[in-house]
Amino acid sequence: MNYLLRRLLQGVFLLIGVSFLTFLFSTLAPGNYLDEMRLNPQISSATLTALRSQYQLDRPLPIRYARWMNSITHGELGYSFAYNSPVAPLLWVRGRNTLLLTTTATLLAWGLALPLGIWSAERRGRLPDRALSWATATLLVIPDLVLALGLLIMAARSGWFPTGGLVSVGFENFSPVGKLYDLAMHMALPVAALVLSALPILIRHIRAAMAEVLGAPHLRAAAAHGIPHRKLLYGYALRAAANPLIALFGFSVGTLLSGSLLVEIMMSWPGIGPLLLEAILARDLYVVIGGVLFSTVFLVAGNLLADLLLYWADPRIRTMAGAR
Amino acid sequence: MQRRQILGWLLVLGALHAMVACAGFFAPYDPVEQDREHPYLPPMRVHVVDQRGNLHLRPFIYATRLQEGSFDQFDEDTAKAFPLRLFVAGARYRLLGFLPSRVHLFGVEGTRLYLLGSDGFGRDQFSRILFGGQVSLLSGLLGAGFTLFMGAMIGTVAGFYGGWRDVLLMRLAELFLALPWLYLLFALRAFLPLAVSPLKAFLLVIVVLASVGWARPARLVRGVVLSAKERDFVRAAWGFGASNGYLLRRHIVPETFSVLLTQAAILVPQFVLAEMTLSFLGLGIPEPAPSWGNLLASLQQYSVLVSYRWMYLPAVAIVPFFVGYQGLANALHLDAATEKMEGRRGGDPS
Repeated sequence: MNYLLRRLLQGVFLLIGVSFLTFLFSTLAPGNYLDEMRLNPQISSATLTALRSQYQLDRPLPIRYARWMNSITHGELGYSFAYNSPVAPLLWVRGRNTLLLTTTATLLAWGLALPLGIWSAERRGRLPDRALSWATATLLVIPDLVLALGLLIMAARSGWFPTGGLVSVGFENFSPVGKLYDLAMHMALPVAALVLSALPILIRHIRAAMAEVLGAPHLRAAAAHGIPHRKLLYGYALRAAANPLIALFGFSVGTLLSGSLLVEIMMSWPGIGPLLLEAILARDLYVVIGGVLFSTVFLVAGNLLADLLLYWADPRIRTMAGAR
Repeated sequence: MQRRQILGWLLVLGALHAMVACAGFFAPYDPVEQDREHPYLPPMRVHVVDQRGNLHLRPFIYATRLQEGSFDQFDEDTAKAFPLRLFVAGARYRLLGFLPSRVHLFGVEGTRLYLLGSDGFGRDQFSRILFGGQVSLLSGLLGAGFTLFMGAMIGTVAGFYGGWRDVLLMRLAELFLALPWLYLLFALRAFLPLAVSPLKAFLLVIVVLASVGWARPARLVRGVVLSAKERDFVRAAWGFGASNGYLLRRHIVPETFSVLLTQAAILVPQFVLAEMTLSFLGLGIPEPAPSWGNLLASLQQYSVLVSYRWMYLPAVAIVPFFVGYQGLANALHLDAATEKMEGRRGGDPS
């Protein structure tokens, strides 16, 4: 348990580090939301001064940081100028959608990559393996921006999938099955873009890890003992190859988060992405910080999950943790 | 074997980059020159066989005219043909930024040639792609160069001097590595001025890219430096009383070159893509200066996405660059791997 506790602490430190770093950067910003208001002749300078002190913008950095930390304990995460509301509820509504998208994409990408990578490693050097490695190489050189745009154009021209939004108009009146179907149709395009951009790297790593393990003596011995092929692959070989793959899982969460930021904006998925872009354009300081922090929380959670998996899969870590 | 592969990819990349660097010569028009009569003109067909079935040695294009009863659909006016000519005089430009000239590789006289169609202002897409490459590739190259320089410095300091410097720098690197890069890019961009001139925006993008990317090369360089420090010849040199500066210059920094080279081949396309992403979202290079990112930005409008397919052509045109860099990175990686296996390492450049 020691091991997991240590990882959790590291995650917390990471979060604090990131929040402090974003705050530090924010003081370098040459303008804020109120500067835009100053251009409005209907707002007097007295109002602006009042607003400045209300939002604590006239205080030095450490105090603002402390205030902000304090607002987290109230579940607020600072205050959005543009939405005139605390940041946390805003983030929560949008974050749910991002979470839905990235979790689905992560599951789907791994669900596809694992069998494909194992299948390819098993047929190393033969035609299917070479065909797959050509396919992954092709996908790898297509930038995700280009890929997502291509998918959008295809969807727009064929009309098979909706090209934006979360649900159709009149969603409330659909039957439960209809609701699920509608949501799935709207998710198809962004999820496809995310999965296709993550897939080649995953397949390549899984193939490499499996190929390394498959020639190992203990697996040949197991095969000679007549253990069924499927059990051999998924039960024995995968387990032996799991270590680097679990590390890759933590990494893939970060990649998918970055990808989802872009895809959400392009396909007008109401997630964190569009919110963050709007906040940047409006200089809505705390929303930007909140958005970045949200991504870090998600990432830390993904890495913790990877650590848990590693703890479960690798007895060496358990014994090491026990020895300490 | 790998050496030849590396050379091949370098040649491909060199040719592609030369085309972009001499965009003024290869592009028939100025990238910001507008032709308001022809917005969203589809790519023109270049013919060699005319209406009557006669073969022409010199390729030609037909004039465009509005379709009858339409105000935005064009078709070919087969009565008027314009032959393509080589080395025509056209818009003035400065080759590589200093050689004034007005000779273009190809063009037509009497009308405008749109090989890849035109955008909403009637600007030539082909020219804009070439000129846009100058901005995008240069920001990628400069960004990667800057990043690698920073990464190498930080990695060397951390690896060579160790102690608290190592701990501090590597903790910071982990922080940067942990964040999803696009969020980090956004966060940095958020706190920099929004409305700036193209040149300032360009420099800004480079600085932002470099400050996001330094962590990975720094970690790799640190690893190489740590192992190089323990090598016998380095210890021997140290034993003979070589100064730190000499050790670094003569023995340790040259060891990191192969890692830096591979990293460069990986980082440049990533940074080009990052610039594209920023410009695409309106946070990077602003119009009217072309960049690969803002060329695609018009596709964010649904009407453009549905009606004007050829606006997607810039996205297709840039893929060869990514193929080239990917191939180079793979070849370099393989080369480094075989070198390691064969045990032929060290500062020997042969």
